[in-house]
Amino acid sequence: MKIGVITYPGTLDDRDAQRAIRLAGGTPVPLWHADQDLKKVDAVVLPGGFSYGDYLRCGAIAAQAPATQEVVRLAKQGLPVLGICNGFQVLVESHLLPGGLIRNEHQHFICRDQKLRVENTSTAWTNLFEQDQEITIPLKNGEGGYIANPDTLKMLEAENRVVFRYLDVNPNGSMNDIAGLTNERGNVVGLMPHPEHAVEPGFGPDTDIAMRSGVDGLKFFQSVLKALVNS
Amino acid sequence: MPKIIVEIMPKQDLLDPQGKAVANALHRSGHPEIVNARIGKRIELHFDREITAADMANAEKLAASFLSNDVIEDVVKITKE
Repeated sequence: MKIGVITYPGTLDDRDAQRAIRLAGGTPVPLWHADQDLKKVDAVVLPGGFSYGDYLRCGAIAAQAPATQEVVRLAKQGLPVLGICNGFQVLVESHLLPGGLIRNEHQHFICRDQKLRVENTSTAWTNLFEQDQEITIPLKNGEGGYIANPDTLKMLEAENRVVFRYLDVNPNGSMNDIAGLTNERGNVVGLMPHPEHAVEPGFGPDTDIAMRSGVDGLKFFQSVLKALVNS
Repeated sequence: MPKIIVEIMPKQDLLDPQGKAVANALHRSGHPEIVNARIGKRIELHFDREITAADMANAEKLAASFLSNDVIEDVVKITKE
């Protein structure tokens, strides 16, 4: 299965995402923002970083890129898309997911291992998790405060579209402790924390068993491979 | 050079960290009479010809769709100069 990873000017975590895909058993395909051709990939990851230096608004200029426009078109037909951190901001700016992301409430950039609860396991990217499973993956952002108007929030909750919720601490002031969302169909998922940084023993978050042994992020990429095989 | 000027402000009820920091600095430097400061954006769209009504209509569309995000910002003014 081929999973594309789009690189924009200012993207940081494209290589990590590619590595995560490889470790999960998929074939990563590097994609370039200016190229409309998505090389017939089966799914796409929009990685973290600071596309276009966060100019205008985080993710706003990347949302206009030819590759993103093609992702938007294909996502509406069911292509699985995962937006991580800046990728989540791109998904929001391209209206594949509702709401917006603003500067952290406390105004500090935050970098920590973050506990989350997986509340929707029927998406393309979370089907291998248990309902309400608690996972820990790194979080690192300056503008991760999720906001939406009251009607949108109500709709997201009613339709079970909050996929991940922050546990123990709300690190950025996100409304309803929202860490990640999905679209109506469940093929598009966006979240602020970084699953691609928790995929290999020795390099992930600490766990009760051993230092840096956390690999909770791997299931995101294994989930999409399973979803693709079943589709 | 003819230009269209688009002015954008963060929504009233949202935290404006830059404005808050500036207001705090103003208070520290002896201006308690300034109760608050808010920072928005001024975007100039330059033209090498006269600006038409169609250009203005276009700028309005761009201001709403790309230059601002209506979840977090308001377009407060679009003017021709």
